[in-house]
Amino acid sequence: MLRLPPFEYHAPRSIEQAVNLGAEHGTAAMFVAGGTDLYPNMKRRQFTPQVLIGLNGVEELRGISNGDGITIRAGTTLHQVSNSPLLQTQYPALATAAKLVSTPQLRAMGTLGGNLCLDTRCNYYNQEFSWRQALGFCMKKDGEICMVAPGSSRCWAVSSTDCAPVVVALEGRVRLVSARGERVIAASDLYRDDGIEYLGKARDEIVTEILLPPADGTKSVYLKLRRRDSFDFPILGVAAALRLASNGEIESARIVLGGVGSRPLECVDSARLLIGQKLSHKVIGAAAEAAWRPARPLDNTDSTHSYRKKMARVYVARALGALSEQ
Amino acid sequence: MPVIGAPLAKIDSWDKVIGAAKYADDMSLPRMLHARILRSTMPHARIVSIDTRGAEELPGVVAVITGRDVPIEYGILPSSQDEQALCVDKVRFVGDAVAAVAALDAETAERALQLIHVEYEPLTPIVTMNEALDETRDAIHTGAHADHHNIHKMVALEFGDLDAGFAEADYILEDTYFYQGNTHLALENHAALASFSPDGHLTLWSSTQTPHYVHRALAKTLELPASRIRVVAAAIGGGFGGKTDPFSHEIVACKLAMLTGRPVKITLTRQEVFYCHRGRHPVLMWVKMGVRQDGEPTALHFRTLLDGGAYGSYGVASTYYTGALQTVTYKIPAYKFEGMRVFTNKPPCGPKRGHGTPQPRFALEIHLDKIARHLGLDPAAYRKQFIVEDKTKTVNHLTITTCGLSECIDRVVEASGFGGEKREARSEIHESKIENQKSKIKNGLGLACGSYLSGAGLPIYWNQMPHSGVIVKVDRGGGVAVFCGSTDIGQGSTSLLAYIAAEEFGIDVRDVRVITADTDLTPVDLGSYSSRVTVMTGNACISAIRPLKQKILDAAAEKLLVPAESLSFRDGEIICEDDDARRLKWTEAIALAEAKHGTLSGTGSYKPPKRAGPYKGSGVGISPSYSYAACVAQVSVDIETGQVRVEKIWLAHDGGRALNPILVEGQVEGSVYMGVGEALMEEMTYRGGLHKAPSLLDYKSLTMRDMPPVETFLVETNDPEGPFGAKEAGQGPLLPVPPAIANAIYDAIGVRIDETPITPDKILKALEEQEKGRAARFGPKNFPAVKYPEPIRVEPPEDAPRLERKKG
Repeated sequence: MLRLPPFEYHAPRSIEQAVNLGAEHGTAAMFVAGGTDLYPNMKRRQFTPQVLIGLNGVEELRGISNGDGITIRAGTTLHQVSNSPLLQTQYPALATAAKLVSTPQLRAMGTLGGNLCLDTRCNYYNQEFSWRQALGFCMKKDGEICMVAPGSSRCWAVSSTDCAPVVVALEGRVRLVSARGERVIAASDLYRDDGIEYLGKARDEIVTEILLPPADGTKSVYLKLRRRDSFDFPILGVAAALRLASNGEIESARIVLGGVGSRPLECVDSARLLIGQKLSHKVIGAAAEAAWRPARPLDNTDSTHSYRKKMARVYVARALGALSEQ
Repeated sequence: MPVIGAPLAKIDSWDKVIGAAKYADDMSLPRMLHARILRSTMPHARIVSIDTRGAEELPGVVAVITGRDVPIEYGILPSSQDEQALCVDKVRFVGDAVAAVAALDAETAERALQLIHVEYEPLTPIVTMNEALDETRDAIHTGAHADHHNIHKMVALEFGDLDAGFAEADYILEDTYFYQGNTHLALENHAALASFSPDGHLTLWSSTQTPHYVHRALAKTLELPASRIRVVAAAIGGGFGGKTDPFSHEIVACKLAMLTGRPVKITLTRQEVFYCHRGRHPVLMWVKMGVRQDGEPTALHFRTLLDGGAYGSYGVASTYYTGALQTVTYKIPAYKFEGMRVFTNKPPCGPKRGHGTPQPRFALEIHLDKIARHLGLDPAAYRKQFIVEDKTKTVNHLTITTCGLSECIDRVVEASGFGGEKREARSEIHESKIENQKSKIKNGLGLACGSYLSGAGLPIYWNQMPHSGVIVKVDRGGGVAVFCGSTDIGQGSTSLLAYIAAEEFGIDVRDVRVITADTDLTPVDLGSYSSRVTVMTGNACISAIRPLKQKILDAAAEKLLVPAESLSFRDGEIICEDDDARRLKWTEAIALAEAKHGTLSGTGSYKPPKRAGPYKGSGVGISPSYSYAACVAQVSVDIETGQVRVEKIWLAHDGGRALNPILVEGQVEGSVYMGVGEALMEEMTYRGGLHKAPSLLDYKSLTMRDMPPVETFLVETNDPEGPFGAKEAGQGPLLPVPPAIANAIYDAIGVRIDETPITPDKILKALEEQEKGRAARFGPKNFPAVKYPEPIRVEPPEDAPRLERKKG
């Protein structure tokens, strides 16, 4: 019987109208697309915006197109992303990641842009108001300290989007539009290593497009660790993308972990070990070992953090193993 | 057309499917107010002061109450009257109710809660059982509510000669086990709507499994005559034991309705439902069992330590139940049980499906598996050698009427291919590809059994009255109305009454209307708990109908000029078995009967047979009959990730005669669902006194995709105590599921996980131990030095299993 707090709702029909409304209402306003992340958070009073600018009626935010690379408009639903034959063949990791988000009902509403901007999660934070009151509030909302790392000056809430590690691994870029203009940034720059200020975009900017480079033989895979086969957010996500030369040697490699920090974690050392190698059992083992070390999950999600860390090695090995068979 | 035994739809299924069923939260009355409850943010604290002025001044607020307005203590058991609808002096867990607001809408009431200022004096919270046993800490309850300090209840019973039993043993195995607490997770959140008329009549509609007990608690706490209180159970969206206590919000809704003169509704949030809890107790267990070379049990010593949470609830009964039913499956000639329940500053535990018995059953069935493996015996054949026999008693004075366990084991073994010799092949590593992942998998099969009572032999409060009453009325139009206090929580108890009436009168089920769970309209039935409803309401219903049938037959016999004994009720007619030309339509016959006898109605009641043994505590565990179940689980274990998949469950259940096989299978499948969840993931976890995951997302229970296929076998013994031979089906099938899974995991990977939930990290830790050559096990390492009282020594009954002296 949790209910939404009262708010004023605007339904713009174009990006221009949307960003103008954003400029007009300033910090009182938030953008909402599918609402599958924001509305539950509003019910628990993590957010109490006076104004919501709904993007669902903006037709130009929907659709997937293929040209010089693939452009996915941010309002495309996760269901559409997971069912796109283009993505399934060119970038199967993204179709898989979208398919593994939550439940069919939420994928029918939730959008790719929304998933990329998903609020960071922490089990000291994603609770009802009265629960947080009993706890004494954390720094991400209404409080002073980080409950999972009380000595820390920063918030350690966890990046829990399935799609972000994939888009980063695929070297995607995102288009940001505001009333002040527009810019395109690397997907990797959309994220910051801070549980509160986790997005590298301004509050008045909307993610309008996700731009993926031409696949050009890139192999990609996404694996997700969670307790149940549905509903659950990732407590570890592994996105891996490789391009092989004709002799089977790896030309480029990106491995990105989700669910283990406040932003998608790029395993640069691990990827470097792969360059110029063939995907042998031994090479995979070494890369998995290197990926495992920098992962520093904390005790603020489901399951134990030591287990999540252990699994980073297993899942990276399995992801690379899967790529060796693609 | 026979009705009993036919796979019919439930009579309320259309209402559920089209959304017409009215749950308490669906109800609305003119001028209705909405109430919300302010709950403690402290696990353990004294209330210094409560300032409600801010809330009272908020426009839209109609009434604010605190503990001073409803101070009278209550509780489900007469011996545990330790709760207050709103705390007066002290709060005992995060979520304990402190104050309540009634307002024009729920949002205003919610806002008003924030304006109530409560000053607390914090006390050190007692979170673990070890802390509860530490006498230097504050007592959570004072006075008569606890046996000693934070020990709520202590029990020690010894049946037969335990020392002699262990002396006869060739092999003795001792181990400790832990079964984690978990909650019911009924889909419907609790809701209550109260209305108070100007002439002093109170009505409460509530999602309760036990309207009669709520009725009593309201009379006590509100100081109203019970004759002016009406409690109605609305449609209920699942109970599982979570709606069997009288609850704070029910009393609060009534009090606010009385104060304001307006109807008041409270619907709890999911978080509040987690706080109400009354779910499975976390239980630490120590088991010592002695067996002969062939596995025959010679003695069993069982200790339990229950984490009760903040209040008594059903805890005294729960404590006894952790010891009562170990004896009803296998012959045990000497048995000692020591149990203890402690208070902690967490939501109170109580009865959840299987009430107090899944925990010891988990320990016992793993223990037997260990013994079988040690002795080189097949776990199925081993168990079958020592199964209790029909018409005997157990060492602790429980009466076995019928036991189909042997056949249950045969059915699941045959269907699953369970057998020791295939183990090597199963547990070879093979690769499996699921969603891109190539996993290293080992498979295993595990077997376990269980048993549960068909209704508690004694009521919650001492009395000599029936446990279930039924009134049957026959209308001139041919319709039959059955009135019974029972509550249908989805299991189909209302439908069952219709089936029985239709079967007895030989009419269509659709011509029977059943009115239930309304203390004004229906005779008392104690409620939907302890798997009592089919046996007790069924028997009461038959006893109401049979004399009425005789009246109808008398009238029909006069008309047809045949002896009444030659007539029977069949397909809407009364037919002479000797001459089927002599027949009357049902409506003709009842018209004749009404003319001859006056209004056609009958009452019936049921009281279980008196079977309590000659000792204090013998009231818990006795029952008209016991159901039996055997389960084989097939699991796959990923040895790199520790992830377990339950691939399939075979479950055979002896629930006596299945009055409707579809409903019994439904109970089996629901029990399997709950059992698999408890085995693998469900868990009430706390940081300090704060529940870690009070939501449907964070508290993990199986989704549809995690649910294994279930193959159900109904083993239909014909129990003499049951209506048409029926026993229970609602709880028993859960019991063997968690230990079967634990045994299957051992079969697959050779490690023992002696506690629930069996999570991937526990499996990996046990595998690491195995690799290091240490005991390949994850589970509690020791049992605290608990001071149990001197046991009450009880002589076993004549026809109980006897210890044969073979040694010395």
